[in-house]
Amino acid sequence: MSELVNESVKEIRRDLTYLAHWRTWEYVFWIVAFASIFVLPGHYLILTEIAWLALFALSLDLLLGYAGVISLGHAAYFGFGAYAAGLLAKHGIIAEPVLALLAAGFAAMLLGFATSFLVMRGSDLTRLMVTLGISLVLRELANRYSNITGGFDGLQGVIINPLLGRFEFDIYGKVSYIYCLVVLFVMFLIARRIVHSPFGLSLRAIRNNPLRASAVGIPVNLRLIAIYTIAAFYAGVAGALSTQTTAFTSLDVFSFDRSADLLLVLIIGGTGYLYGGIIGAVLFKVLQDVISSFTPQYWQFWIGLILVLIVLAGRERMSRWFDMTRRTALVTLGLQRILQRGGKL
Amino acid sequence: MTILTVLFDGIAAGMLLFVLASGLAVTLGLMNFVNLAHGAFAMAGGYICVVVVNRWGMPFLAALPVAFLFSAMIGALMERTLYCHLYGRSHLDQVLFTVGLVFMSITGVDYVMGSSQVFIDIPKYLQGQIEVFGLGMSRYRLLIILLCSLITVAVQLILTKTRFGSRLRASVDDTRVASGLGINVNTVFALTFAFGSGLAGLGGALGAEILGLDPTFPLKFLIYIMIVVTVGGTSSITGPFLASLLLGIGDVAGKYYVPKFGAFAIYAMMIVILIWRPHGLFSRAVSK
Repeated sequence: MSELVNESVKEIRRDLTYLAHWRTWEYVFWIVAFASIFVLPGHYLILTEIAWLALFALSLDLLLGYAGVISLGHAAYFGFGAYAAGLLAKHGIIAEPVLALLAAGFAAMLLGFATSFLVMRGSDLTRLMVTLGISLVLRELANRYSNITGGFDGLQGVIINPLLGRFEFDIYGKVSYIYCLVVLFVMFLIARRIVHSPFGLSLRAIRNNPLRASAVGIPVNLRLIAIYTIAAFYAGVAGALSTQTTAFTSLDVFSFDRSADLLLVLIIGGTGYLYGGIIGAVLFKVLQDVISSFTPQYWQFWIGLILVLIVLAGRERMSRWFDMTRRTALVTLGLQRILQRGGKL
Repeated sequence: MTILTVLFDGIAAGMLLFVLASGLAVTLGLMNFVNLAHGAFAMAGGYICVVVVNRWGMPFLAALPVAFLFSAMIGALMERTLYCHLYGRSHLDQVLFTVGLVFMSITGVDYVMGSSQVFIDIPKYLQGQIEVFGLGMSRYRLLIILLCSLITVAVQLILTKTRFGSRLRASVDDTRVASGLGINVNTVFALTFAFGSGLAGLGGALGAEILGLDPTFPLKFLIYIMIVVTVGGTSSITGPFLASLLLGIGDVAGKYYVPKFGAFAIYAMMIVILIWRPHGLFSRAVSK
């Protein structure tokens, strides 16, 4: 009996490792991403924005796509990281950008941990209200203490030192872009490890059915607090990147629009497979570029329309292509099993 | 300004919030539908009031029913054409959809009416103050309190005394059993949605004077509306009513006594209540 159990545990473990393997298209994806450094030299500014937006969306994907927590105020942690990085650089507390990036991330993470207890109370609507409330409070605080944050004028006089003490940020933004891309890649690798770990699997169980998850012994609230804290760290790093690459930040980072845009970014790309945020960020920026070129003042209208249309058309339909690749993986897995058992079903 | 004046202003603000938010409380309780665009219906009411009063010269009091009907009609139309496809979809879908609607309404109104704040021409007899027992009260706020009390009583009577109210309450308590008993839940819901939107429109028209009306209205008051609904719960109408009063008085008192941090009063209340009673002050069931 115990041998049988051991056998199936082994089998499950092998299956999960197989599903966590890097696929060919993933290698291609990242090769293309890094090739953009050489292929698109004239577009570093927008590429940089795409990179930190992608990281921000990755953060929301961890929360929404894997744990099923809806947030209307994810900009809170982005903004906190952005201001933390700006203040650290402005007052020369941590002059080296990479260290400052980590510090800003940890600052946002602490905030995320502290606020996660509020977010985890109550139902979906309560969560929406609390997340929105947190970002509004931070915005109001930043506005109130304008002697520190610069208020509506934004945080000015931020000077970013050379990266690792060697690489000066150039005016073409090449260093900025490579910096953002490398950070995105490293953070992506960590996220990928997280979601394929038993911890990540338990999150998916919670997302699919919290009641059932707690019935099989998953500490639902603790897991949600953990992922919320991690997601806040990611958002904080994304915010810090945005400050470091533009040497500026303003109250705008806390705005509702930013949280809502982020939802759109993730929805365009698809939730729950980590690449959604990155693909969504590319599409969103291109879209924003196109729309605001012919109607700069009212581009928000089109963003709204896209949201409405996506929902009416059905989000599931859009992410079906990803399900296809996943299904192929599962079928291959099944075939392998059958072959191992000597062709018997 | 005495403590009584603060209380008076707070009650007026709270009553207004109740009229703005009560529709959402009912539709949320009925269909478990998260409608973040509720404020857009209020804005529609406010703007139609501006148009008919300022441009066409209609008396203010006559414009209030117009605002109600206008928003109710938009509500009914939207419900039948768009919202009805989204019942039973995930909360994420509903959030995305209604946030999209909010963005469209903001830029749409901005395009048609301009982005600056607008004011309704309030008739002379509603301006200024009157003295009651030595207490100076703003006439306009007195009107708000009177009208909103009437509306609250009317809504409560409809809910408890009429056949429609019974159907509605039955549907809120258990949608499946209610439809099994032959209640057409969809019709009940459509009517309630239209009525709730109409109330929001009325609230928007009444509130334009003291809350301020500009295209960002749906976003600015989203958090207020959400707090009313979550704190008050969706199982009855008294919950949101008391929550609105609490919030209105707290907000006004906070802004008056600690002007520097008055803006944080509502958030502080939100956090305290969440820690104390995570499922709302007056909720009967744990969750739906």
